[in-house]
Amino acid sequence: MSLLEIRNATLKFGGVVAVNDLSFAIEEGEVYAIVGPNGAGKSTVFNMISRFYAPFAGQFRFDGQDLLTVRPDQVANLGIARTFQNIELFDQATVLQNLLVGRHRHRQSTLLEELFFAPRVRAEERRHRHAVEEVIEFLDLQAYRDKRIAGLPYGIRKVVELGRALASGPRLLLLDEPASGLSVEETQDMRWWIDDIRRQMGITVLMVEHDMGLVSGVCDRVLALADGARLAEGTPAEVQSDPRVIEAYLGTGAV
Amino acid sequence: MRIQFKTSYDHDMRLFPDAWTACVYGALMVVMVLLPVLLDEFFLGEITNVLIWAIGGLGLMLLTGQSGQASLGHAAFLAMGCYSNTILIEQGLPFVIAFPLAGVLTGLFGMVIAIPAIRLHGIYLAMATIAVSVLADDVIVLLEPWTGGVSGKFPEPIVIFGFEIERWSQPGRFYYLVLAVTVISTLFYRNLLRAPMGRAFAAVRDSEVSATALGVHIPRTKAIAFGLSCMITGWAGALMGYHAGTFNNETFSLVISITLLMMIVIGGLGSIHGAFLGAAVVAFLPQALSMTTDLFGGSGVAIPGLETGVFGLILILFILFEPTGIYGRWLKIRTWFELFPFARKAMFRRQKSYLKTERLR
Amino acid sequence: MDQLQLLVSGLANGCVYGLIALGFVLIYKATEAVNFAQGDFMMLGAFVALGLTNAEYMALPFWLAAPLSILVMAVLGYLLDLLVLRRLFGQSQIAVVILTIALGFVIRFVAGAIWGHEPQTLQSPLSQGDISLGGVVLSVVDLAVIVVTVLLTITLYQFFQRTRLGLAMQAASQNQMAAYVMGIPVKRVQGLIWGISGATAAVAGILFASKGAMDPNAGLLGIKAFAAAVIGGFGSLPGALVGGLIVGVIEPFAARYLAAGYSQIAPYALLLAVLVFRPHGLISQTRMKKV
Repeated sequence: MSLLEIRNATLKFGGVVAVNDLSFAIEEGEVYAIVGPNGAGKSTVFNMISRFYAPFAGQFRFDGQDLLTVRPDQVANLGIARTFQNIELFDQATVLQNLLVGRHRHRQSTLLEELFFAPRVRAEERRHRHAVEEVIEFLDLQAYRDKRIAGLPYGIRKVVELGRALASGPRLLLLDEPASGLSVEETQDMRWWIDDIRRQMGITVLMVEHDMGLVSGVCDRVLALADGARLAEGTPAEVQSDPRVIEAYLGTGAV
Repeated sequence: MRIQFKTSYDHDMRLFPDAWTACVYGALMVVMVLLPVLLDEFFLGEITNVLIWAIGGLGLMLLTGQSGQASLGHAAFLAMGCYSNTILIEQGLPFVIAFPLAGVLTGLFGMVIAIPAIRLHGIYLAMATIAVSVLADDVIVLLEPWTGGVSGKFPEPIVIFGFEIERWSQPGRFYYLVLAVTVISTLFYRNLLRAPMGRAFAAVRDSEVSATALGVHIPRTKAIAFGLSCMITGWAGALMGYHAGTFNNETFSLVISITLLMMIVIGGLGSIHGAFLGAAVVAFLPQALSMTTDLFGGSGVAIPGLETGVFGLILILFILFEPTGIYGRWLKIRTWFELFPFARKAMFRRQKSYLKTERLR
Repeated sequence: MDQLQLLVSGLANGCVYGLIALGFVLIYKATEAVNFAQGDFMMLGAFVALGLTNAEYMALPFWLAAPLSILVMAVLGYLLDLLVLRRLFGQSQIAVVILTIALGFVIRFVAGAIWGHEPQTLQSPLSQGDISLGGVVLSVVDLAVIVVTVLLTITLYQFFQRTRLGLAMQAASQNQMAAYVMGIPVKRVQGLIWGISGATAAVAGILFASKGAMDPNAGLLGIKAFAAAVIGGFGSLPGALVGGLIVGVIEPFAARYLAAGYSQIAPYALLLAVLVFRPHGLISQTRMKKV
């Protein structure tokens, strides 16, 4: 059984069809990318998986569980974490606090225990902080640990957001344009991290990305979208050489 | 500059970051305990007033500073705490049960109010809470059989296990009671900040989408923030009732709501210190003004609107020149001295942010 | 007939609320700030006109004093933006809310210090005379209020929808940065709108002071007008007028048909109901944020 399976997903905004009868499946342990020109509906697919948008029609299954029956905040509890295209961090909090919010789905203490900071809260906090420290070490964020987000450069924020998603201990990681706005070196780091996330942590990755270098470097399979519908699916090399994909990117007659 | 070497996860969870800070607050606590011996009754009453306002400020700070929801209606919850405490005691409950219960009832009431208010943002929330504050006045009059309506109520002296506390004849005892509630409220606030729920509040404040994506249930979190905030505010209200000695429908007016919000802004949003510093400004301003007018040959007759006018002016100056409040200014001064002579002006420069429309939320 | 009379006086009152609400909405539309001192602006505008016109002060003729006070308030609005609000550029909405509330306190104190706290009436040619229309008695001032309000709303509405400057103002509110990059002088545009809203407040103040007595605390009417603006939908000029009219009409009817304690509650209860069921007002402008 596939980890994430999407069948016949359709979403319309008013009269505009953003995603049209789209089906694909992601296997456990793979890195899967969705590519396509701007406005192809890539982020919309993410937002449907996160339950921010309710699809017009279609089936969404994560590990056998029907995603359409859960609330947006319960998606994290299933083990799906995500990043955002335009970084959505908690700007007034420190890096450490941001990552700790990532642990929210593992919260077991009750409000009353927290008000008195009961021993159980303390024990749980230790576990959260241990998990977060591992992420900080993995992503080399030690230098920024106690810095506020508001003053950090863009590249670091991008990494912090990845760290926050990792801190939640997901099974499926959704990365919305992980390399956008990053320098060549930072993109290279991102590539290694994604590789390690899959190899060392065994997390399945679904990403939307424009940088074909990154995509062909880390991805097992690629899905190309145009106008909300599937163009091609296969290995990065297959998709890149597909005439329909080239046409969608460069326009008719360019081939 | 003090450098902390962190050696364990517990380090980040401690109440005080290092031994020095712990000593400072320990010394402060000793002074606070000794105050009834050191001060005369008038100043002790003033300090008590500061602490009561600070408790109310902590309550609102939890909501506004921590979870980012500005309320202009917290006087309604002060009133709710005050009236429910008095009514519960009149029904025969002992103070030790009635007082905490009054806070819990106010908190639950706050959550009920919050349920529709949760969907509201910014000015819409501000307006809804203003309406609550205005309505509270009328509701108190309408519920005259319980509240005493326009003629108001006089709280009975507090009795804790046969130990009587009368606000006027035993100001020292009343001071200790207020101090105890202050310490408990502050600890609650501090504990929350180092636990998951406090972080969830900050998450809701800064980005609702990503908080949701991380498993934070926005409406529930906001309702809890409202509830806790109202609980602490309710305690402040009950103490205000005792401190004033009498209260009616006009005691907890919209102006009190506004003052409370302005107070935490002046003190410094988002910090516990801010609530206390702001409270000191609110409580001492009337005294300072009457001293000043006396100095300039004032006739001793209160000038109407002077207090709120000056208070408003102070607030405007703070928002313009020090939006982080008194506590923010203090942090800058401290850093300047710690780094002396290496501090540069640019270090304290604020980042300009550009407003994106709040119509899209 | 009785109901009709209530309706008419309610409409006239509602127009004053509507005019103040118009000031709120103007500033909100153009700068996305909320001016909680709008009610106090209205009060100040009234007192400036009163100070210019009334016999015990400067005793200028009303038709000279009225435009003069409108001008004074427009300049004041512009200066306020220039000296105070411009420094808040980019700060949160709530900071502006708190600042303007504080400003209201200061204005109230200043007005009290200059003109005293006794209620005073503007000596205006509008405040004399009644017109009887089929049994309904309509005072001249009520008629003037209604006519001026409707004209002003239509003018401002056309201004925002049709003129380049109006559209620029809307753009500036949606995204300051983008508008700035597109060559809209965001700051100057915002200053202008504060000026216009100051002028609107003065018009409201003159009309209100012609209707009845004025004291520095009349600015608190702003809260009711603000409720009206929210009921109508904050981003819409006609919405502000509609909201004002609703609140204005509800008041006399509630006072007539509800028990004493309940009648003051009516506008705020309606406000809460609107906020619960249509959180962004009857005529709304809000959409979901895109991520």
